[in-house]
Amino acid sequence: MSASSLLAVDSLWELFSRAISLRDYNTRVVLAGTTMLGISGGLVGTFLVLRKRALAADVVSHAALPGIAVAFLLAERLAPGSGRSTGVLLLGAFVSGLLGMAMTLAIRRWTRIKEDAALAIVLGLFFGLGMALFTVVQRTKTGNAAGLSHFIFGKTASLVAADVWLIGGISVVVALLCCGVFKEFSLLCFDEEFAAARGYRTTFLDGLLTLLAVTVTLIGLQSVGLLLVVALLLIPPTAARFWSNDLKVMSGLAAVIGGASCAVGVVLSASFPRLAAGPVIVLTGSGLFVVSLVFGKERGLWPRWRSQRQFEQRIGRSDLLRACYELLEPILGPDQTTQDSLTKSEIDEFELSAMRQWPSGRFHGLVSMAVGEGLLSSTSTDGYRLTWRGAEEARDAVRRHRLWEIYLLTQTDLDPRLVDRGADGIEHVLDPQQLAELERQLATQLPQGIPPSPHPIAGAVN
Amino acid sequence: MSTPLVVDHEAMLEPVPQPVVRQTAPAKSPLLIEDVTVAYHHRPVLWNIDYQAPCGKLIAIIGPNGSGKTTLIKAILDLVPRAAGQVLIFGEPYGQQRHRVGYVPQRTSVDWDFPVSALDVVAMGMYRKIGWLRPVSRKYRDAAKQALDRVGMVDFASRQISQLSGGQQQRVFLARALVQNADLYFMDEPFAGVDAATERAIVDILRQLRESGKTVIVVHHDLQTVHEYFDEVVLLNMRLIATGPTADVFTPDNLRKTYGGKLALLDQLGEKMAQPRSR
Repeated sequence: MSASSLLAVDSLWELFSRAISLRDYNTRVVLAGTTMLGISGGLVGTFLVLRKRALAADVVSHAALPGIAVAFLLAERLAPGSGRSTGVLLLGAFVSGLLGMAMTLAIRRWTRIKEDAALAIVLGLFFGLGMALFTVVQRTKTGNAAGLSHFIFGKTASLVAADVWLIGGISVVVALLCCGVFKEFSLLCFDEEFAAARGYRTTFLDGLLTLLAVTVTLIGLQSVGLLLVVALLLIPPTAARFWSNDLKVMSGLAAVIGGASCAVGVVLSASFPRLAAGPVIVLTGSGLFVVSLVFGKERGLWPRWRSQRQFEQRIGRSDLLRACYELLEPILGPDQTTQDSLTKSEIDEFELSAMRQWPSGRFHGLVSMAVGEGLLSSTSTDGYRLTWRGAEEARDAVRRHRLWEIYLLTQTDLDPRLVDRGADGIEHVLDPQQLAELERQLATQLPQGIPPSPHPIAGAVN
Repeated sequence: MSTPLVVDHEAMLEPVPQPVVRQTAPAKSPLLIEDVTVAYHHRPVLWNIDYQAPCGKLIAIIGPNGSGKTTLIKAILDLVPRAAGQVLIFGEPYGQQRHRVGYVPQRTSVDWDFPVSALDVVAMGMYRKIGWLRPVSRKYRDAAKQALDRVGMVDFASRQISQLSGGQQQRVFLARALVQNADLYFMDEPFAGVDAATERAIVDILRQLRESGKTVIVVHHDLQTVHEYFDEVVLLNMRLIATGPTADVFTPDNLRKTYGGKLALLDQLGEKMAQPRSR
């Protein structure tokens, strides 16, 4: 390894440790300000997503471009050298962003064009105009060096402390406002009409939400860039939704995810000067999104799959035990199916599998699960025997099934041949309370213990 | 409270003519609709509606699809603009009487996959009272729980609303209106697509409300149950067909007028007025 590459590694490490340890004043300020931006983006984004206005933010960010260019050109004309001022550029972005928003609203209101088309039209128009104006800016003497391209791709490293104070300050105000009208925003997003009937001015609330979203979008332009800033608003709340069904938890989590993505983006971009912060922020957010999508407690794919599987296993298990019981019932005699006698009888594997139409893989899976859980034990002659606990559960399962069947037969006009199938679905979700209620209702018609099956049992007949 | 004293005092100084107190019946009526007309995109959907609701009754608004039942309620609650006419709630415009009016919108009008619990939804009925910038305190949460208890849903208070059945969702909506403790209620199809248990629970609530002197106006679809549930009916098909006590007004003849094809002329007129726009 040559000396120069060692040097490069060395200086990279140097940069990284500087960024991590926050030795640099500028990095510290940028980190704090941008993290705050991510937090407020997560909060506002939560309501924006719930209000189904997510794409509007994308339009605003793109519509800001011509405003930035015009503001630069105007400022340079009026007072040469003032075109790079963040305040001036943001003002331009704000005006044209709002103009774009207003235009989509107007198109939707007064024409028959649908919202998605209206958004696309305005986005294309303003972005095209902005790109055209940018070529004009590039030709001016100062334009090339003005760093306007940072607005498109984002670069936190280009931010100076004063800009960041502005961004961070506005972010704090936005976040506080959002928390202040939390109730009202949630009502607006859930049931706009009810809010209006209760006397809330929904256009005002809607306007406030839009204003907050526009504000976050615009102050995020320099750090994330207009192409990606919308992700700052959308990814955190969408990721947070997988973890919680509670709006407060969801919005808090969205704020954390937004803040964390921004912090990681800033640190990495400060460590590797060629790495733009915007993409890193968005990629970090996307990574958290994928993790949430898979593992999210409430709606993630994995927890859902697992609970679905557990439910199926529970059903399969009680079906298997019931089959064991019903196989032994005619052999032992209807009144002799005590727990004790059930455990003493051997069950033939083939006969058991014939009790229900199990696919063979499923049957063997269930049997080995039951053996594993100590409900069945294998005998020396390749058969099975119910354990004490297995027999107990089998009796419970049969009782549940038959009570429900008898209930269906006596209380509804279901065809007796269909009752078995109807009972199959419901019996697994009956809780002890409902079971007691069933027994109470059927008390006069029932013998003690496990009632006989109201219909012939399929597998056992042969 | 102090006003009578002042009047007395002045009366002692100089006798003035007795002020004319207009204690007319309409001012007391929970709902007075005068000549209301509503148009969507220049196409009238309600024509010249006049109605005065009696106090303490269960009133059904009945009419075929597209007859303007929901629109009438929305026009009363200032949710859609009126082209003409006025509405008085207990003698005053709705804007001044909101606190006395409870509203149960159609269940299908919202997205139930929203990240809130049943209790949160009920608490929304009190947001106005709680005020801006304040969180929902213990006191209000307890009130919301009580309202849920009234509709038999207290066990589901912390359940996320998408995990409730349609009937349960409807009862949560009802609880959100009950928690306001209003004097006049509007309910838009509360019986649509609910289970038998919910239907019974809602009917019980309606009767309780009537016993405590409240007036309830319900958009209703099921003609079978009108006689059993309601004291008064409003038969509506873009214009008012008939109003009054159920026994007098809910007659085959009136129903034929409401649902039958006798209003073809009105339909044609409506279509004609809509035509220039659709081109």
